[in-house]
Amino acid sequence: MRYVLRRAGFFLLTLWVAVTLNFFLPRMMPGDPTIAMMAKFRGKVASPQAIQALETIFGADSHQSLPAQYVHYLGDIFTGNFGTSLFFFPEPVSQVVRTGIFWTLGLVGVTTILAFALGTGIGILAAWRRGGLTDSLGPPLLVVASAIPYFWVGMMFILIFGLTLQWLPYQGGMNYTDTPALTPSFLGDVAEHSLLPGLALLITTIGTWTLTMRNNMVTTLAEDYVRMARAKGLRPHRVMLNYAARNAILPNLTGFAMSLGFVVGGAILIEYVFNYPGVGYMLLQAVQNEDWPLMQALFLLITVAVLVAILLADIATAIFDPRTRSSR
Amino acid sequence: MLEVSGLTVDYLTGTNPVRAVDDVSLSVGRGEFVGIVGESGCGKSTLLFAIARLLSPPAVVTAGSVTFRGENLVTMTDRRLNAIRWQNLSVVMQSAMNALNPVMPVGAQFADALRAHGTISRKAVAARSAEVLRLVGIDAVHLGSYPHQLSGGMRQRAMIAMALLFTPDLVIMDEPTSALDVVAQRSLMTQIKELQRELGFAVVFVTHDMSLVSHYSDRLVVMYAGQVAEAGATRRIFDRPLHPYSRGLLEAFPSIRGDKVPLQGIPGSPPDLSVIHNGCRFSPRCPVKLPACETTPPALLDREGTSVRCLLYDPGIAAVAQAEAGQATQPRRRRL
Amino acid sequence: MRKTLWRALARSPKATAGAILLAVFIVLALFPGLFARDNPTTIAYPRNLGPSAAHLFGTTGLGQDVFSQAIYGTRPVLEIALGAGLASTLIAALIGVAAAYLGGFWDGALNVFTDVVLVIPLFPLLIVIAAYVHNSGTGVLIAVLTFTGWAYTARQLRSQALSLRSRDFLAAARVRGERAAYIIAVEILPTMISLLVAAFLINALYDVLFASSLQFLGLGDPNSVAWGTMLYWAQNNEALQTGYYLQAIVPGAAIALLGAALALLNYAFDEIGNPALRPVRAPRARRRLASIRIRRPVSA
Repeated sequence: MRYVLRRAGFFLLTLWVAVTLNFFLPRMMPGDPTIAMMAKFRGKVASPQAIQALETIFGADSHQSLPAQYVHYLGDIFTGNFGTSLFFFPEPVSQVVRTGIFWTLGLVGVTTILAFALGTGIGILAAWRRGGLTDSLGPPLLVVASAIPYFWVGMMFILIFGLTLQWLPYQGGMNYTDTPALTPSFLGDVAEHSLLPGLALLITTIGTWTLTMRNNMVTTLAEDYVRMARAKGLRPHRVMLNYAARNAILPNLTGFAMSLGFVVGGAILIEYVFNYPGVGYMLLQAVQNEDWPLMQALFLLITVAVLVAILLADIATAIFDPRTRSSR
Repeated sequence: MLEVSGLTVDYLTGTNPVRAVDDVSLSVGRGEFVGIVGESGCGKSTLLFAIARLLSPPAVVTAGSVTFRGENLVTMTDRRLNAIRWQNLSVVMQSAMNALNPVMPVGAQFADALRAHGTISRKAVAARSAEVLRLVGIDAVHLGSYPHQLSGGMRQRAMIAMALLFTPDLVIMDEPTSALDVVAQRSLMTQIKELQRELGFAVVFVTHDMSLVSHYSDRLVVMYAGQVAEAGATRRIFDRPLHPYSRGLLEAFPSIRGDKVPLQGIPGSPPDLSVIHNGCRFSPRCPVKLPACETTPPALLDREGTSVRCLLYDPGIAAVAQAEAGQATQPRRRRL
Repeated sequence: MRKTLWRALARSPKATAGAILLAVFIVLALFPGLFARDNPTTIAYPRNLGPSAAHLFGTTGLGQDVFSQAIYGTRPVLEIALGAGLASTLIAALIGVAAAYLGGFWDGALNVFTDVVLVIPLFPLLIVIAAYVHNSGTGVLIAVLTFTGWAYTARQLRSQALSLRSRDFLAAARVRGERAAYIIAVEILPTMISLLVAAFLINALYDVLFASSLQFLGLGDPNSVAWGTMLYWAQNNEALQTGYYLQAIVPGAAIALLGAALALLNYAFDEIGNPALRPVRAPRARRRLASIRIRRPVSA
């Protein structure tokens, strides 16, 4: 219990740091923000609301002192008021974000879980059959694969499967001529559009997990309790799963959390390359459009998602590792 | 019941394979307590695991046989081996903290073994588990605990209880007392002897603690550098150690009741097994070595029921040496 | 110790392959003029040419020679990899080892700090920072990557230092009266050399990937010659869709090759320095027989 509380405390601390970072970053950047603002609205009639929004972000609003601005900012965050999007003016940011979440959750969520499951499984097998074909070819291949930039894999996929072979669509999340509905044809269309980006993401992320799981398994297999399990005459697959894998996977759970940061990065790039309308794509568009409020909100959203996933992994560790449950 | 003959184990590492166990033979009769003693690195644990076929790569049995109840364990199929395992031959390891699965409750690990060999009903499993725990003096309520929740001594006893689930004919123990304090050691050994008397299983007990094992064992095997240096009835070896190494071991600690004597250790350290030695492996450290010891590897000879691997007892060489030295070497009599 | 290190490396095919590849790139970065005839930024040629004898990889959408761009683009990438990699490994070493050695309050505080930095998603943060800064050149990229990338290595080095902390040679140094800084610098760090090198390599790898990704997204300096920027322009000119594949394939392959070299070397060092990858039984403590009392053997 204490373990979970400690992790929850950490979650809150990091959340606060992220929120504060979001607040201070624009204020720390070199250059005069008002110039940036003027450049942005050059020639256009700027509504007072838009100017106000920009001022709040860059801290050019000299009516309030810095601490007061900070408190105001925190209050806004907690009430879910992320301001108005500059590009999609006058839509509120929360509205804009909502449209992208569904796509990202689908693509990234499913792919990540698949990559973790597959990677762990392959890692277990590779370590179990040490010296076999899987183990001698696997790790070096994976090592090389993890060095290939995500977006390039995506581009190559587009080239090979999308353009040359024309097997699968490679742009967007769906055919833009359709209207979203829970019909099989629409869902099938969505599935089709998600195959290439999903595959690209899967291939690039599976490597790390396979490698770490294999290394953990190799260490675990040398433990005395595995030898003991063999001595008891248990069947090999039972030894592999109940004794070795169950112990080897524990450090992997926390590693899963740490690698999430990279997965998110990869997802952003993949979405960009495939024009997949998820949260990552939205973030990049916001950057290109200099839509600061949207950008900040998206950064916060992504951070929170990662933190929640980490917290869940910590809770899973607490469930599966009885040693953490005793008073630490 | 257990007959090990010419067992040789090599570690196939890279270019230079290391021979950890060299042509070792020993036998264990029904209900006997056989101790295997030696310094760290002499190959005794490797020998043990080789007997139970629990070696991990790169260790491989390269010669010899292990006949257990008439069947050769070395050449046995995995299937037959699994059937025999635990039912007739079980293992107790050095540290229960490492030998018990940390994420499974103790009871589940008992159940694992029981179910692997036929006992299916939950009731039977629970009953038998509770029964063996009672044998070692642990309350059955601890079946639900995880290994880290038990004390060191309890864990060790639980491991012994687990080894007795099927009242096997032979229990192999790899330094089970090394991780315990002296008091717990004594109580554990007494318990093991009692269980042995009650249930009638044989024990092969590996340790570096000469005094402990000589107190409780029927027969003793002294190992050095992968070979058997001396083997025979414990009492006999204790009273009159033949091999200079055994003598050194016994003389290394003083008698509690005897005169005060300066401590005598054995100078030097065990040889590097990756380098092949020409003569007797103990000769660099031997206080009574002969010139022939550096060139002729001694064979295992029989002297009045005790096997000893030393040129001093080789009639041919010893005669020459005696003639040369003009003096017979007499093994010292131990006084207690 | 160093001799065995070299010997172990030479024997590993992974290390040899990685080292050779890396050496090739280093040579290319140092002497680009030897290999590429044209100036990479000269807009002198017809656009979007395919591969030919004059232009090994064709030309870009602006009329620049792809081959020379690829060659000249090696230096900024290696600068970033080496600069940011070294800097972040150094910071990580200082923080990690200090935390392990100082223990207590400082250890706890540094740990929390490290964990927080570690957990905040790196790439989105990089994007946001790069967005505010506009046109990040090599220097800015190095700075940003360094300050965000040290956390993982710091954690690794700390746990390694912790396991070393209780070893005898450190106790000997303490007894000799050496100061904490001396012990850290002279006793602990050299022992961790293979881990430090492995960490440097992995940091360099990720810096290459992150920097190229940022440039690809247009957050770097679009006028610089670097592989990531090449890909940015290729994407902008819709190179894939219009059939000018090489503009996209070449820089990506270059990144992948350099990355592979770093990754292979890192894996090799990992295997050497990380005993956990080899199932070795821990040596048991030697008990001195002289300390054991003898008891009268009871005939059983």
